Amino acid sequence: MKHLLSTSELTRAEAIDLLDTAEQMSLVSTREVKKLPVLRGLTVVNLFFEDSTRTRISFEAAAKRLSADVITFSAKGSSVSKGESLQDTAQTLSAMGADGVVIRHSGSGAPHRLAHSGWIDAPVVNAGDGTHEHPTQALLDAFTLRRVHAGLPASAPADGAVGRGLDGAVVGIVGDILHSRVARSNVHLLTTLGARVVLVAPPTLLPIGVESWPCDVVYDLDAAIRDHPFDALMMLRVQQERMHEAFFPTAREYARRWGLSDARARALPGDCAIMHPGPMNRGFEIGAEAADSPRAVVLDQVANGVSVRMAVLYRLLTGQSTAASGREGQS
Amino acid sequence: MKQRTVLDGAEIHRALTRIAHEVLEANKGPEGLVLLGIPTRGVPLAARLAEAVARIEPATDAGALAGALDITMHRDDLRSGRLRSAAPTHIPGGTIDARTVVLVDDVLFSGRSVRAALDAVSAIGRPHAVRLAVLVDRGHRRLPIRADHVGKNIPSALDERVGVRVQEIDGEDSVTITAAGGDGR
Repeated sequence: MKHLLSTSELTRAEAIDLLDTAEQMSLVSTREVKKLPVLRGLTVVNLFFEDSTRTRISFEAAAKRLSADVITFSAKGSSVSKGESLQDTAQTLSAMGADGVVIRHSGSGAPHRLAHSGWIDAPVVNAGDGTHEHPTQALLDAFTLRRVHAGLPASAPADGAVGRGLDGAVVGIVGDILHSRVARSNVHLLTTLGARVVLVAPPTLLPIGVESWPCDVVYDLDAAIRDHPFDALMMLRVQQERMHEAFFPTAREYARRWGLSDARARALPGDCAIMHPGPMNRGFEIGAEAADSPRAVVLDQVANGVSVRMAVLYRLLTGQSTAASGREGQS
Repeated sequence: MKQRTVLDGAEIHRALTRIAHEVLEANKGPEGLVLLGIPTRGVPLAARLAEAVARIEPATDAGALAGALDITMHRDDLRSGRLRSAAPTHIPGGTIDARTVVLVDDVLFSGRSVRAALDAVSAIGRPHAVRLAVLVDRGHRRLPIRADHVGKNIPSALDERVGVRVQEIDGEDSVTITAAGGDGR
């Protein structure tokens, strides 16, 4: 594994290994010294061409806990606003000696281009590209789910889930599947780990070709809650910034038919975890009761995000493969 | 391939019992002791050492004495060696502050794992003292590190392989030396 661009290229063994490593990483936050010397002397560049708070901070925290030097670059206030291309930005970073690149971009496939174009030789981590994939979010969701599925606290350090997959878990993903890179990454990763995924969305918010995905598709949230014994329900944010057409009549109609209202939250199985990748639009896709209930693991997801990203950086930036090729092409 | 057995199961048992006596003698009793095994084979050895201590001092609980200390994140060859997965760290009693930590490993060779273990220990807390117990010391140290308690000193050539097998992982107890070109494990 040289880059992490998509969850569909992860094997079950690789995914479980990443989650297990993340379990060990989560113990670091309980130690006297909350830092590991693993990436000492290495530079991780966070390239954020698109706005983000939690993913950027989470990657920064992860790299810093592994003792890497972190350079965060956001497109606003950089030469990108002067018209610099991705290629020139990447080659500049390469010349400065970046050992790992974390990239978020509004263009689907930008991380893939960066990884395979030969502009830069460092490992590339996809931190969300357009409507394509967001693999570290899927990994942290899987990590949280694995804890919940094993009956463990969602974010407190515990070893009980190590080595396990998600076999037998039923996970619902509700809302804007069309624009959601989180949904796409989760469908691949969760099914690789053995879970059954049910997508619930209005037909207008489903991507073309969804019938070829390894999951079930239901249009009616009430029917889905009635028919499937969900272990977790993941509510997606309605991404209005990516919507340039009318996908549903009004926001109120969406909230009424696909939002997790108080009544729907009560109809869920008692041990069903409520997940949300954030930021939440309260009263829109998720009601206040669901968002604030003890079954909501939204903040646990954020906490686990740091551990998972530490595991990803550890996997990509250590080991022979990086040492042999890490300095090539940096003349 | 020439392989000879240096320690068999009974001899390993005797060595661990003697080390348990030495640990208790050096510590003047079992108070404040914590035995941390270095994965992979140090962990079952630490558990057995704890049982040996509990046999000598019946008032102590072996389970509350032995733990595991993962050193993966503190190794100095992370960027040149193969990909390594971390093993769980388990500290019995939750803390090592002001206790006497005895690190337990199977083979003491270059001393690099022990250096990593010392770093790992200081990242977790501030023990009263740290000691080192190993089943086999094969020499060829590359760092100024020595063991406090040694099961057996085995002078070896650099190209020989010393293989430790333990019941819990490999299904048998033995320490073997394999001559150059052979397959020790």
